[in-house]
Amino acid sequence: MTPPTSTTPQVGAGAAGTPGAPAAPGTAHALRVLPARHPWRWVATAVVAVLAAMAVNALVTNPAWDWPTVGQYLFSATILDSLWLTVRLTLVGTAIGLVLGTVLALMRMSANPLLKGVSFTYISVFRSVPLILQLLFWYNLAILYDRIGFGVPFGPQFWTIPTQDLIGPVTAAFLGLGLHQAAYFAEIVRSGFLAVDPGQREAAAALGIPRGRQFWRIQLPQALRIIVPTTGNEVIGLLKGTSVVYVMALPELFYQVQVVYNRTGQVIPLLLVAAVWYFALTTVLSVLQWAVERYYGRGSTREDQRLPLLVAVRSLRAARSRRAGVTR
Amino acid sequence: MSAGTDRRPVVHLQGVHKRFGALEVLRGIDLTVQAGTVTAVLGSSGSGKSTLLRTINHLEKVDAGLVEVNGELIGYRRAGNHLRELHEREVLRQRSGIGFVFQHFNLFPHLTVLENVAEAPLSAQRRRRSEVLPRARALLERVGLADKADEYPRRLSGGQQQRVAIARALALEPSLVLFDEPTSALDPELVGEVLDVIRDLARAGTTMVVVTHEIGFAREVADRVLFMHEGVVVEEGSAAEVLDAPRHERTRAFLAKVL
Repeated sequence: MTPPTSTTPQVGAGAAGTPGAPAAPGTAHALRVLPARHPWRWVATAVVAVLAAMAVNALVTNPAWDWPTVGQYLFSATILDSLWLTVRLTLVGTAIGLVLGTVLALMRMSANPLLKGVSFTYISVFRSVPLILQLLFWYNLAILYDRIGFGVPFGPQFWTIPTQDLIGPVTAAFLGLGLHQAAYFAEIVRSGFLAVDPGQREAAAALGIPRGRQFWRIQLPQALRIIVPTTGNEVIGLLKGTSVVYVMALPELFYQVQVVYNRTGQVIPLLLVAAVWYFALTTVLSVLQWAVERYYGRGSTREDQRLPLLVAVRSLRAARSRRAGVTR
Repeated sequence: MSAGTDRRPVVHLQGVHKRFGALEVLRGIDLTVQAGTVTAVLGSSGSGKSTLLRTINHLEKVDAGLVEVNGELIGYRRAGNHLRELHEREVLRQRSGIGFVFQHFNLFPHLTVLENVAEAPLSAQRRRRSEVLPRARALLERVGLADKADEYPRRLSGGQQQRVAIARALALEPSLVLFDEPTSALDPELVGEVLDVIRDLARAGTTMVVVTHEIGFAREVADRVLFMHEGVVVEEGSAAEVLDAPRHERTRAFLAKVL
């Protein structure tokens, strides 16, 4: 709310107009600009600070959290083994999801109605059925098809193998997570390509750039700028989603802490162990995501895009070489 | 300008028709562009002038008619009584001999200015880096942007971006350059620098077709001026004929509005 110091004549200001003192012409440069006051910000700050202090206090002082036990199990061999399985589930699930998801997205964007339809059906089925159900289907695949064969489609088979030998519980988990994730990745990849300005493809076509090169060099890097942030969130979601695999009795992190606390009865500290590890892994993924986003964001703004770390290292090196030059 | 002795047609259009759904955008266009000349295409928006330009390098398919560049049928080959559409790879090869400059520049934002200019010679013409890069730098020099080679396009002004786009089109050493309203997306004070570059190209004898709203520029640079209305060329002639003594009522009405 600024006081009516405007020097333009106020049409129809009438009775409401303050007949006060508009700044005399020529004195405007002497007027100081003061920032607006925000008393409520201070109130909000105080409230949040108190709440945060209470939360920290509750975490630290309550012995029921049992931090010593947390410390004892955090790096124990069983927990680290199960952590490794969680990491593998995340990595393989992401890999299957990304590759298959990209293929599905390309199918969905193709002009061929069959490819489009298959992709559309896959995406809607795998997005609609809850992950936990899908995992149980894969886990029980042997009930549905007890042998898997390789050969001519609808024709003779050259060799067959019992399903249980080919798809054990870990493979079933990889497949379940990967195939489910592919449906989501497909939509992310597709939205990334739709977001690229059609003028880019047109410019590339007008220059006679070959089709494959148009895809890899012109369209994909620009689509990735959209795809990467969402993919990062999906991978973090998948990391936490791997805990669902406990239904298959696979010793991943969440299953393993349950095994331990069922034996020792230390429920809360062991849940805390799992929470700390999920938090740590998510933090690592977030940092990775930030770096990759930065790389694909190059040229997207008018600002200097060099990594701050790189700039710091360079200027340090420059300073050192300057100093070396002086002493020499 | 220097039409000179070599009266070889670079572009030859015959009875070109194009419709988008129910709308017939081009209704029988005939056009011949001689080597080394500048043709300006004028007309109000919706008259089909951009579509006409885009049929010349097959960015738009035609529904009927022939499009030839340097005597080669563009986008199709003759098979008896039919025109068989060419495979995309063939079309891409044909396009790499035709430069195209877009209204909205369409530079590749994730590539540096130099990479933008060098991309097509490297990938479409498969020429060697050692040969392409110096030439790309020389082209940037020619459009006055040698110092911007390592910048990303978004950090340049609109006028500078369009000059890069022109350098990118020239990098293919095209026999023909098409301009689709090259200054329409620019702030008024940036129009001049782009027109200067096009003027230089005209002086050097580059064959060009320019869709434009810059009447003054057309008068100064164009050897021939076309005026289009509702998908047909209603008037065609030298700049003096069309712009100073328009015979068709539509041309007169248009010029009265824009001048």
